[in-house]
Amino acid sequence: MNNIFAFYYSSIGKKVLMSLTGLFLIIFLTEHLVGNLLLFANDQGKMYEAYGDFLVSNPVIRFIEIFLFLGVLGHAILGVILWFKNRMTRPVKYKSFRLKDNATLASRTTIITGSVIGIFLYIHLKTFFIPSRFSAEKVSTYELVVKAFSNPWYDAFYLVALFLLGYHLRHGFQSAFQTLGLRNKTYTSFLDLLACIVWCLIPLGFAAIPIYFFFFHQAASTVIMGVH
Amino acid sequence: MTLDSKIPDGPIEKKWSNHRFNMKLVNPSNRRKYSIIVVGTGLAGASAAASLAELGYNVISLCYHESPRRAHSIAAQGGINAPKNYANDGDSIYRLFYDTLKGGDYRAREANVYRLAEVSGSIIDQCVAQGVPFARDYAGYLDMRSFGGAQVSRTFYSRGQTGQQLLLGAYSALSRQIGAGTVKFFDRREMMELVVVDGMARGIICRNLRTGVIESYVADAVVLATGGYANTFYLSTMAKASNATAIWRAYKKGALFANPCFTQIHPTCIPVSGDYQSKLTLMSESLRNDGRIWVPKKSGDSRAPSQIPENERDYYLERLYPSFGNLVPRDVASRRAKEICDKGLGIGKTKMAVYLDFADAIKRNGKHWIEEKYGNLFDMYHEITAEDPYADPMRIYPAVHYMMGGLWVDYNLMSTIPGLFVIGEANFSDHGANRLGASALMQGLADGYFILPYTMSDYLAKTKFSSLAINHSEFEKANKSVAERVEKLLAINGKQPVNEIHKKLGKVMWDFVGMGRNEKGLKKALKLIPEIREEFWNDAKVVGDSDNISIELEKAGRIADFLELAELLAFDALHRKESCGGHFREECQTPEGEALRNDKKFAYAAAWEFTGDGKKPKLNKEPLTFEYVKPSERSYK
Amino acid sequence: MNFTLKIWRQKNQNDTGKFETYEVRSISPDASFLEMLDVLNNQLVMEDREPVAFDHDCREGICGSCGMMINGRAHGKGRKQATCDVRMRSFTDGQTITVEPWRANPFPVIKDLIVDRTAFDRIMQAGGFISVRTGGVPDANSTPVRKENAEEAMDAAACIGCGACVAACPNSSAMLFVAAKVSQFALLPQGQPERKERVQKMVAQMDKEGFGNCSNNYACEAECPKGISVTHIARLNREFLLAKLT
Repeated sequence: MNNIFAFYYSSIGKKVLMSLTGLFLIIFLTEHLVGNLLLFANDQGKMYEAYGDFLVSNPVIRFIEIFLFLGVLGHAILGVILWFKNRMTRPVKYKSFRLKDNATLASRTTIITGSVIGIFLYIHLKTFFIPSRFSAEKVSTYELVVKAFSNPWYDAFYLVALFLLGYHLRHGFQSAFQTLGLRNKTYTSFLDLLACIVWCLIPLGFAAIPIYFFFFHQAASTVIMGVH
Repeated sequence: MTLDSKIPDGPIEKKWSNHRFNMKLVNPSNRRKYSIIVVGTGLAGASAAASLAELGYNVISLCYHESPRRAHSIAAQGGINAPKNYANDGDSIYRLFYDTLKGGDYRAREANVYRLAEVSGSIIDQCVAQGVPFARDYAGYLDMRSFGGAQVSRTFYSRGQTGQQLLLGAYSALSRQIGAGTVKFFDRREMMELVVVDGMARGIICRNLRTGVIESYVADAVVLATGGYANTFYLSTMAKASNATAIWRAYKKGALFANPCFTQIHPTCIPVSGDYQSKLTLMSESLRNDGRIWVPKKSGDSRAPSQIPENERDYYLERLYPSFGNLVPRDVASRRAKEICDKGLGIGKTKMAVYLDFADAIKRNGKHWIEEKYGNLFDMYHEITAEDPYADPMRIYPAVHYMMGGLWVDYNLMSTIPGLFVIGEANFSDHGANRLGASALMQGLADGYFILPYTMSDYLAKTKFSSLAINHSEFEKANKSVAERVEKLLAINGKQPVNEIHKKLGKVMWDFVGMGRNEKGLKKALKLIPEIREEFWNDAKVVGDSDNISIELEKAGRIADFLELAELLAFDALHRKESCGGHFREECQTPEGEALRNDKKFAYAAAWEFTGDGKKPKLNKEPLTFEYVKPSERSYK
Repeated sequence: MNFTLKIWRQKNQNDTGKFETYEVRSISPDASFLEMLDVLNNQLVMEDREPVAFDHDCREGICGSCGMMINGRAHGKGRKQATCDVRMRSFTDGQTITVEPWRANPFPVIKDLIVDRTAFDRIMQAGGFISVRTGGVPDANSTPVRKENAEEAMDAAACIGCGACVAACPNSSAMLFVAAKVSQFALLPQGQPERKERVQKMVAQMDKEGFGNCSNNYACEAECPKGISVTHIARLNREFLLAKLT
């Protein structure tokens, strides 16, 4: 009974994997956000680019990157598998089912918010990650950022996706602790506080970037160019 | 028939241990050769089935519910008695024995009651080991409270859900055995007939309530743990499906039915509010620990209870019984409530209720204290009545709650049919004419865990069994008779839903065979019951199929048996011209209105023998002798 | 009060079933929901139609027999009540009430509003017990139990096994039911020796029966007639992880 496969095949095992990958991704998001704050340095992206170079050249980071991709894939695939499995437990649907009286919107929509985040991720990687990593000549990531965020449609999609990310985290963060058995009367209030930080601040922090670049940075760079 | 109660010799405190030594045993490796049917999975049935299976017997367990955990033992609220004397208040086995015997108004068998008191301590040990979460104090030790008819705190409890917790304990023990394959469990099976072969109980016929198939079960012994028959009264605190069919079929196959008229009417129930009402809800007796019962002194006083000043209230139980006060036994409290209401002093819309007031306790200990102790009961009351019992007193009135009568059994819990054992509320044994609070759980578990496993082994070891197959002629005959009965019920095709006929029966029973009984009323009931029975068989309407779940058919079969049992109940009540415990004959009372026993004429258990449909049952007497506790007037003053 | 009822009717497990509409009149607001159904059934019997079959027994919210979806809510819209506790005064006069059985793969409908919940019994048989023999036990007071633990164990033990948690869960998960039992025994000293085996066996059986995965949306807690908290599910998860990893 005590082997890893049995653990995976148990309902709780799958949920534990969801939680662990989810928490791992939250840690990544935090790091990603902190790094991206360098974009606000107003130094034409010098520090930001240096940070990017460090990430690309550091073998440890490259190693962790593999797990990051596995984590994203695992979290997504497992999420979809669980969703399908769970749908199948009720072949005859209720005529009337007022789940909304009993459960928060966030908890009922993780599959939707998660899917949108998936699409977002694809676009995000296509815009930034792929060119900066796989193109032949050296690409300035800072310029990629400036260029991408000058498009209002792109920014709007970004903001919607980040809002949904917040919603996803709102359920996901405390859910991960519940699944890992770490929620109990003593810690609940502390965890709820931490959860607020996670689901509010992370998406807000990310959202500040396109807003900044769209409204302020374009103007700022124009002024600088004028001086030249 | 001569009734041999098989009480062992020796001094009372040695009888059970001597008997245990003298009983024959079955060698562990031989036990698997025997099979035992246990009908019912309440406290008695589940504990017996689990314990017998643990010993190594093949056990077949059945119940009419979908799961053993639904049995009505689950609804018991208050607690379970045991003379542990953890409170250091002078309790002992002998005192519990004395209290129970006296509480039963000296109509129980001394030896049985003593044994019950003796093994009751082990029940608490057993339940704690099973993980039953009893209430505890801050040091982590078990907490106790007191119940009616006792001056010590010997009642162990799990909030207001003691029955539930004890049943779930027994259910878990049973589940363990089902999982291990030592108990074969059959759900949704209703016992319809007992099969007697060569004078011994060897099996039963059941209807599979899901498929309608009539099934035969063969074994070496049959145990009935099928509960009481309070639903004869239609409105009672019983679960809707609780019925008498199993014991009634056994009675008609030759088992004697003892003291059918001993009916417990519980004083603290939520009063009837309308004709639609399907059952009555009990408010635990434990409430009388802190609640004070009163009515206005002036009849027709329509002021809100809080507006009635102290000196215009009659705390009649405290006035009449200064030493026990609100904690007098159930029969006394019920009778006094009825008497007060009959005088026109009742309260509420119907005038058939009295107040149970917690204002003093709330003032003394705070609302929080009450909430912690009785929260769920208060919530329940609020849900049902839409009144807030924290602000206004509860309205309560007595309701039928438990039947002390049942199939006659000897000291070994065996009926007059060899191999037919009867345990729990289904038998008549330990409570006499009135059961004290928190004693039903005690008796059910005592029978199942600690008495039946011994006496069953003795019976099996001493008896020679022929091998039987389910195509034995007796089984085929019984199977056919059940099928015919089902056909007959479905063919009535009259105009009245069976429920309506049951209500009619209930009204007759409550009016004439209820709390106050007299010769005229009982004779009237004996005239009316056969008429209602006639009406049932001519005018009932039973809609449904015989090969499917058919709720009307299930009800009809049960009501048909209640209609016969009701007559025996009234007949027994008429014959017992004395008042004792739950049986109050208005002709027999002291000038102060207390029950007046007649020990010279009625110090016996009346065991009725079936002599044929439409014929008068035959009375057999088991004389009750009291060597240790001399019967006296039962005073709680 | 008058009501229009839309009730699921299904002859047996193999039948496909459908909704039927009925009218009931002059119902007392003090009547319980089941008493209202009694009135309907009397009416149906008089019309020579088969009455609506539903499980019920104690009618005081403790046996766990009754259970139906009333207007999309397990045991109706009130909190902390079983179907038998629902009173008609909680509806408005003239309201249409939709009544459905619990819906979940492991709870097949066997007639009208009756479902087969024996999956719960099989989970209990897999490990929902303390393996103690009758009689072979120490004195009840020999092992003190911290009051707080005893109280919390009792909170969990209050489960009536009605299945509302499964019915209300979008995933038909039985985690709250299993958690209540695992948690009760994990909190008591008597439950310690079998602690690891118990949780693994019960979860394995739960999965085998085909209940869904918990997605922590806590609809079970909201609909539980005994208000059993999802902190017990956290404990179940913890117990399971510890049992698997240590």
